[in-house]
Amino acid sequence: MIPKAGQTTMAVLSYLEAIRETLRQEMQRDSRIIIYGEDVGVRGGVFRVTEGLQKEFGEDRVIDSPLAEAAIVGTAIGAAVNGLRPVPEIQFADFIFPAINQIVQEAARIRYRSNGTFHVPLVIRAPFGGGVHGALYHSQSVEAFFAHVPGLKVVIPATPYDAKGLLASAIQDEDPVLYFEHKAAYRSLKGEVPDERYLIPIGQADVKRQGKDISIITYGLMVSYALKAAEELEKEGISAEVLDLRSMRPLDVEAILETAKKTGKVLIVHEDNLTGGIGGEVSALISEHALFYLDAPIMRLAGPDVPAMPYSAPLEHAFMVTPEKIRDKARELAKF
Amino acid sequence: MSDNGLTPEIMLDMYYHMVLARAVDDRMWILNRQGRAPVVYTSNGHEAAQVGSAFALNRGEDWICPYYRDLALVLAYGMTPREIMLHLLGRAEDPNSGGRQMPAHWGHAKLHILTGGSVVATQDVHAAGLALASKVLKDGRVSVAYFGEGSTSQGEFHEALNFAAVHKLPVIFFNENNGYAISVPSRKQMAVQDVAARAAGYGMPGVIVDGNDPVKVYEVVKEAADRARRGEGPTLIEAKTYRFVPHSSDDDDRAYRSREEVAEAKKRDPIAMFEARLKEAGILTDEKVKEIQKEIKDIVNDATDYAEKAALPDPATLGDHVYGSL
Amino acid sequence: MAKSKALYGLDLDADRLRTMYYYMVLSRELDKRIWILNRQGKSAFVISGQGQEGVQVASALALNPATDWLAPYYRDMAMVMAFGMTPREVMLGQLGRALDPSSGGRQMPSHFGHHEKHILTGSSPVATQVVHAVGLAWSMKLKHEAGVVLTSLGEGSTNQGEFHEALNFAAVHRVPVIVLVENNGYAISVPQHREMAIQDVAIRAQGYGIPGVVVRGSDPLEVYQVIYEARRRAIAGDGPTLVEAKTHRYTAHSSDDDDRSYRSREQLEEEKRDDAVVRFREWLEQEKLWDREAEDTLKKRVKQEVDDATDYAEAAELPDAGTVYDHVYGSSPA
Ligand SMILES: Cc1ncc(C[n+]2csc(CCOP(=O)(O)OP(=O)(O)O)c2C)c(N)n1
Ligand SMILES: Cc1ncc(C[n+]2csc(CCOP(=O)(O)OP(=O)(O)O)c2C)c(N)n1
Ligand SMILES: [Mg+2]
Ligand SMILES: [Mg+2]
Repeated sequence: MIPKAGQTTMAVLSYLEAIRETLRQEMQRDSRIIIYGEDVGVRGGVFRVTEGLQKEFGEDRVIDSPLAEAAIVGTAIGAAVNGLRPVPEIQFADFIFPAINQIVQEAARIRYRSNGTFHVPLVIRAPFGGGVHGALYHSQSVEAFFAHVPGLKVVIPATPYDAKGLLASAIQDEDPVLYFEHKAAYRSLKGEVPDERYLIPIGQADVKRQGKDISIITYGLMVSYALKAAEELEKEGISAEVLDLRSMRPLDVEAILETAKKTGKVLIVHEDNLTGGIGGEVSALISEHALFYLDAPIMRLAGPDVPAMPYSAPLEHAFMVTPEKIRDKARELAKF
Repeated sequence: MSDNGLTPEIMLDMYYHMVLARAVDDRMWILNRQGRAPVVYTSNGHEAAQVGSAFALNRGEDWICPYYRDLALVLAYGMTPREIMLHLLGRAEDPNSGGRQMPAHWGHAKLHILTGGSVVATQDVHAAGLALASKVLKDGRVSVAYFGEGSTSQGEFHEALNFAAVHKLPVIFFNENNGYAISVPSRKQMAVQDVAARAAGYGMPGVIVDGNDPVKVYEVVKEAADRARRGEGPTLIEAKTYRFVPHSSDDDDRAYRSREEVAEAKKRDPIAMFEARLKEAGILTDEKVKEIQKEIKDIVNDATDYAEKAALPDPATLGDHVYGSL
Repeated sequence: MAKSKALYGLDLDADRLRTMYYYMVLSRELDKRIWILNRQGKSAFVISGQGQEGVQVASALALNPATDWLAPYYRDMAMVMAFGMTPREVMLGQLGRALDPSSGGRQMPSHFGHHEKHILTGSSPVATQVVHAVGLAWSMKLKHEAGVVLTSLGEGSTNQGEFHEALNFAAVHRVPVIVLVENNGYAISVPQHREMAIQDVAIRAQGYGIPGVVVRGSDPLEVYQVIYEARRRAIAGDGPTLVEAKTHRYTAHSSDDDDRSYRSREQLEEEKRDDAVVRFREWLEQEKLWDREAEDTLKKRVKQEVDDATDYAEAAELPDAGTVYDHVYGSSPA
């Protein structure tokens, strides 16, 4: 199912382009897909992810909506019930909160509460993450709020390749999927992306780097940071494996346990705050199911427990998890 | 000019603040283009609406809940150009947030400017809450929420207005309608011509005013404030205006509006119009304009230099103010 | 309701009018039975539509269940029955049985939903259904389907942000939706004047640029007429209509409420004099469409149906505890 290099034509795309091209490809093959949100039409979105799509697919399928997130998600629910495949965009993940009632209490529960007679296949895309001078309301990682909720699926791609395969799966999925895109990855990450359509199953983690001494379990932008750190560590003689979770819900329990058992030393990294983050869940799974394989306590490196990311450069830098911070923490773990 | 209590001195002061705001605004864009300020939100075009409304309030005493567009408002309310620049450059001394918030996220406890986030329309509800406290405390204060027309599509706008009307709160909802929410024109935002039409649905007066005329704005806000203080409840005011530049330094407005449209709107530049009117009334002369411009240039230079030299926040303070002390 | 039939200018024949009355009586009697079951300890929770039957039945009958959809709220038992849900189905939901078509016993009673019968599943947080209805209707428009969605809510719920966002959205996109406010004057204990500073919710339509119509809920024919017209407009592409029906709630808010603390018995008696069920029967009699005998026959039939629904639901299986994890997700496509 998943094409490999050499088997197909490839293009080098940025993370953002991969998302846009996937939207285009999916819309071409499935006329039920509609995109809407604030500024997604003429403007092509404030990050230009949907640039050109209105021109290609018309105003009935790429629609500028009023500035109202609860309405964006709520109407998407109604449209999904009636057989469309809405892919609404929330302009920034930080602005998803006015719609949280619709996502958590409606979208996530409709299948369950109707005993399986209704369901809402919809994908909510939203840019998230910091390090871009976005301050407290344009930087947040919001995945943990939603990963807590059964009925939702939450994915975060770390590469242009994954961005495509995960988005296609999300759109094809019969349940509500939150698809978070890291803003700092949009233009900085580039990679080969096959032209043809492929699916990456939701709930499958991916070993992005093999290693034997320690495991770094992470997702999103932090994957590329962890890979950088791993390279540095290699020079010091520490071999780090990097597991990209890709899906925060459902978690790939098997892959998590496998890497933990393999190296016996686990560092979990995320940009989201420490307390109540995905790391806590991953850590609990390992302690429950792989305790006796561990050679060191599970360690976590995460955003600090402050309400959101501050603006001014020194404060923002103090908040952000960086390749250097990952390297240092990983070294500490390796030496344990 | 009508009998509204605006003396020539006060009108000159209004003019001064409008020009000051434009000059600070222009400088912020330059700093952005030079790579010294990551992002700029502008009040360019909105000065009359903002300054006119500020002058109608008991500045520094009444509460204002501004949004990112309200540079001219906060200047007229008492925030200094130095404070503005400290905020723009994220300095430790920034009175709005100590460098924590993005530029244009105003808040100044001493001046009774409520801190605001980026999520639009939340300040509408806060203003109603401040007014609820004023009603209970009988402190005679009025609260004013400022917001764009796009944000009136938010549920919180509706909840705020309804709540304020039910409880007859001393609050003014001041809409700066510039016809766009980033790229989205108001016809895609709402199926009514006037935001003020929404007032009827809450049982409060809805007033439309030319937002490019600071005197008219002053008059309607004054009347709404008097009404509020008399215990007669809230008013929704819609000031029709235009944003002359892109939404922010990250935006390019050529994608969604023609240059002709912008040029046409600029013919009604609130500063040029007010200047002409004051000159006609013999309140302002060419020499005085030059004098003001010179003074403002020095002030803006000083503010820029001051802020650029000011210290950045200490990273060790990252964890401060998550909670108060017990 | 002194107007004679011709004055309404409706296409309702005598049978249809009697059907209207039938659903009103059926709903009233089923509702009363549910309270008895509650007091007997057989049903944990009741939230009642007594007093609102005229609005609900007339609205449902003005629609076409083959093409249209409902997105109702918890008081709409009469509406969903007039739209096709059976008393047995209602009772299965009331008693939380496995066969409950709304939720298989997962939701509280009166959280109606029925995919085949075009009734959208609803939840407890008020006003969320209005947004769904707008989305559903909007998709009908995008797909060029000839149908409308009628959604309903209480007047108190119109203070929710989602009501506002939904109406604004519907107006901008000229969505074929009818938003029906069943104004019974109370949000639990809070009287209308503490909920909003206006007399008529319908005036809110002005703020969205759509028609707002006030209708007397105890006059089902007037309700029918207004909904019929709103439907016609919607189908013609003229967009949404906000309809406010002034109505009454004859019970406490729910079986957990006691309305004596906030509503005088005198006021309640006064409200009961405007009972749609009574008024409509009187009108039918006046029009010579109804008589004592017909009433007796109907009462007997309804009692049988209510008994049958009760017995059927009581005998029906409860859900199997092993199904608690079912329907969290569908099957994965990949
Ligand atoms: C809840 C929320 N959604 C989206 C945004 C992103 N956003 C910032 S400003 C803006 C447009 C606001 O337009 P308007 O209210 O008309 O104010 P203007 O900027 O025109 O003065 C949008 C969509 C936001 N800040 N908050
Ligand atoms: C968002 C939300 N808040 C509170 C409640 C609790 N609640 C249930 S019904 C109700 C009153 C609703 O009044 P109204 O909309 O007038 O409808 P009515 O019950 O009178 O028909 C309240 C407060 C709720 N269900 N949802
Ligand atoms: Mg605007
Ligand atoms: Mg009510």
